[in-house]
Amino acid sequence: MILPFIIIIPLLAAFLITLISGEKDNWAIVLSILAVLSLLILALFSFFTTGDETFIYEMSGWKIPLTICLVQDALSSFMLVIVNLIALTSLMFSISYIRQYSSPWMYYALFMLLITGMNGVIATGDIFNLFVFMEIALFAAYALVAFGSKAEEYEAAFKYAVMGSISSTLILLGVGILYASTSTLTMANIAAELQTVNSQVTYWVAAIFLAGFGLKSAIMPFHAWLPDAHSSAPAPISSMLSGVLIKALGVYAIIRIFYNIFGAPAVFLTLFMVLGSISIIVASYLALGQWDLKRLLAYSSISQIGFILLGLGIGTKLAILGAVFHILNHAIFKSLLFYNAGAVELALGTRDLRKMGNLKGAMPVTTGTSMIATLSVAGLPPFNGFFSKLIIIIAAVQANHIVYAIIAVIGSLLTLAYFIKAQRYGFHGETEIKEFRQTISLGMKSAMIILAVLCIVTSLLIIPGIRELTLDPVVTVIMNKTGYIQAVLGR
Amino acid sequence: MTVYVLCFILLLVGLYGALTKRDLIKIILSLSIMGYAVNLMIILFAYRTDGSFAILVKEGSNPNMVDPLPQALILTSIVIELGITAMLVALAIRLFQQYKTFDITKIRRLSG
Amino acid sequence: MKQRDGMTLIVKTVTRISVWLILLYGIYIILHGHLSPGGGFAGGVIIALALLNVMLAYGRQFIDRWVNIGFLHDLESSSAALFLAMGILGMAVGGGFLANFISQGKLFSLLSAGTIPLLNIIISIKVSMGLFVVVWTLSVFHLDKGGKEE
Repeated sequence: MILPFIIIIPLLAAFLITLISGEKDNWAIVLSILAVLSLLILALFSFFTTGDETFIYEMSGWKIPLTICLVQDALSSFMLVIVNLIALTSLMFSISYIRQYSSPWMYYALFMLLITGMNGVIATGDIFNLFVFMEIALFAAYALVAFGSKAEEYEAAFKYAVMGSISSTLILLGVGILYASTSTLTMANIAAELQTVNSQVTYWVAAIFLAGFGLKSAIMPFHAWLPDAHSSAPAPISSMLSGVLIKALGVYAIIRIFYNIFGAPAVFLTLFMVLGSISIIVASYLALGQWDLKRLLAYSSISQIGFILLGLGIGTKLAILGAVFHILNHAIFKSLLFYNAGAVELALGTRDLRKMGNLKGAMPVTTGTSMIATLSVAGLPPFNGFFSKLIIIIAAVQANHIVYAIIAVIGSLLTLAYFIKAQRYGFHGETEIKEFRQTISLGMKSAMIILAVLCIVTSLLIIPGIRELTLDPVVTVIMNKTGYIQAVLGR
Repeated sequence: MTVYVLCFILLLVGLYGALTKRDLIKIILSLSIMGYAVNLMIILFAYRTDGSFAILVKEGSNPNMVDPLPQALILTSIVIELGITAMLVALAIRLFQQYKTFDITKIRRLSG
Repeated sequence: MKQRDGMTLIVKTVTRISVWLILLYGIYIILHGHLSPGGGFAGGVIIALALLNVMLAYGRQFIDRWVNIGFLHDLESSSAALFLAMGILGMAVGGGFLANFISQGKLFSLLSAGTIPLLNIIISIKVSMGLFVVVWTLSVFHLDKGGKEE
């Protein structure tokens, strides 16, 4: 029964914030923190109680082919935990960061809508409903990217909105064709019906969906909007966009549609591998040349999504485990890195690596946590990024994809290279910085410390005893081709 | 079959406009055309030969109704498009305030 | 008859008469949403268009004096919250979120179809106020007073 509340709570919070907030924003902060905290508790509860089971919630008292259903299985509760965890830290970071802008209550209302959209995409079991929630999340994201009211931000938001509408139109077209060929919108029913439909339909729809969701998750040929949008947004929003939005809307939807509905056609797995490795190499190479810290992080996001996609494309049990683990890890360390960038921007007023300097003495928390995040993203033990990348590489070797394994290794070396550059110039440079515009508040520090601790703690998830409770059910959901149909339809 | 092909051509017209036009307003219009093409296509998917409207009436309804579900979907999608268009227009107005032009080749403060 | 904002006297006079007819038509569409084509969204758009008609004919300053935009804003947010409250009520009383919890009545009568007419009214308030406030906000932009699309 917790499933509808995952969507109701943030939606209600969004409208209550717009209703009661005036000039003072304290109520908005209290309401949004309360909402996200309760969401995180619900998500953790569902994650630890779901296991291998699947819970269905049918809206408005109708039965499944007629109604919109919400599905809670291991994969969706895993994603819900990630989204709401990052959202909570992002809110903690926002409280003092967002004071520099006018009318903060709008920010909190839009933030709640963003969470509504992502939770809805994850929880829903109806393909058109997925489209609607995706639009809610994107709509909030466009407005939040433009929240700073500077020319660059409007430009980035416009670019993002144009790309987003094109991809949404493509996805709507795919949904329409699926409905025309299967006469149903419930994902499990579609999956069951597609086995009897001409397989050409599957391929065409899958191609359209790959273009649509590829644009959302910024896989390499579709990536052009991401560096602009993610680097122009306010720092907590950058971390939400890079950390969870591209995963909830892009990667999660790809997993659900390609693995649970289409049953993982082999052509598309190969395509995933090719696109993933292109993303890894080219985005890392582009990141090397960046001097803007947030742009560098944005390009790094594309390359890490490439790792996830490569893992999904290899398609063995181990590779999927690596991909799922990397989704969690990337959300944690990329959000942390964006918080670091935001803290530096707030203190120094710049994100240009050449204008930064030695911050070790003045900003110990920021420098320390950014070090941990860097080691984690570059894949050094004992941090979480090491294990997920190692698993993906081992899986590639085991599945006889030696070339892709080499590409992944080169990609992680390049990652190490550009993050060493960021550390060298950004946090351990020669110039001593004397003047600071603003001090880093307690909320921002604690958000960074929580995520830095999680960078180490989550590597425990890979220990066999814990893995069977946490990650393995998720992998089972993805790997089992007919399990989703049986679980939802009960046959 | 011809109507679907025509709808697809309309979609491509919109895509062509969105990708090649330089004026912000023309880009927004092209996106709308893309959306309408898809809406039209989904409505056509719902059509049955000699079908009638999908409303119950007192005088006894035509048994051969068209499928009403896609019409509900399209209504939702139109609402979404309304919101997105309003957002895009607001962004375009703000961009015009900042740059005094609608030409995207002159709006290039972000480097690739 | 020289006035700084708004259109000519002819337009203003016609608007003064027609706006009530448009409003009435919108209300008709909303109330018959469960019996005929239309419903909350379509009727809400018609009501918003009636208000926008006034705004176009009489100018923005008149609208600012005539209605309180902040109140419309609150109306919009509270109607959304009310919609969710109806959903939760359905969960508490009936089977699930947004489930019907009052008598369905007789087919083809005005008071029938359970909660659907109520939800139609709530949605129409949301849509009409939302659309009107969006266009009003867009028209603020060129005066450079600030303000943000929500």
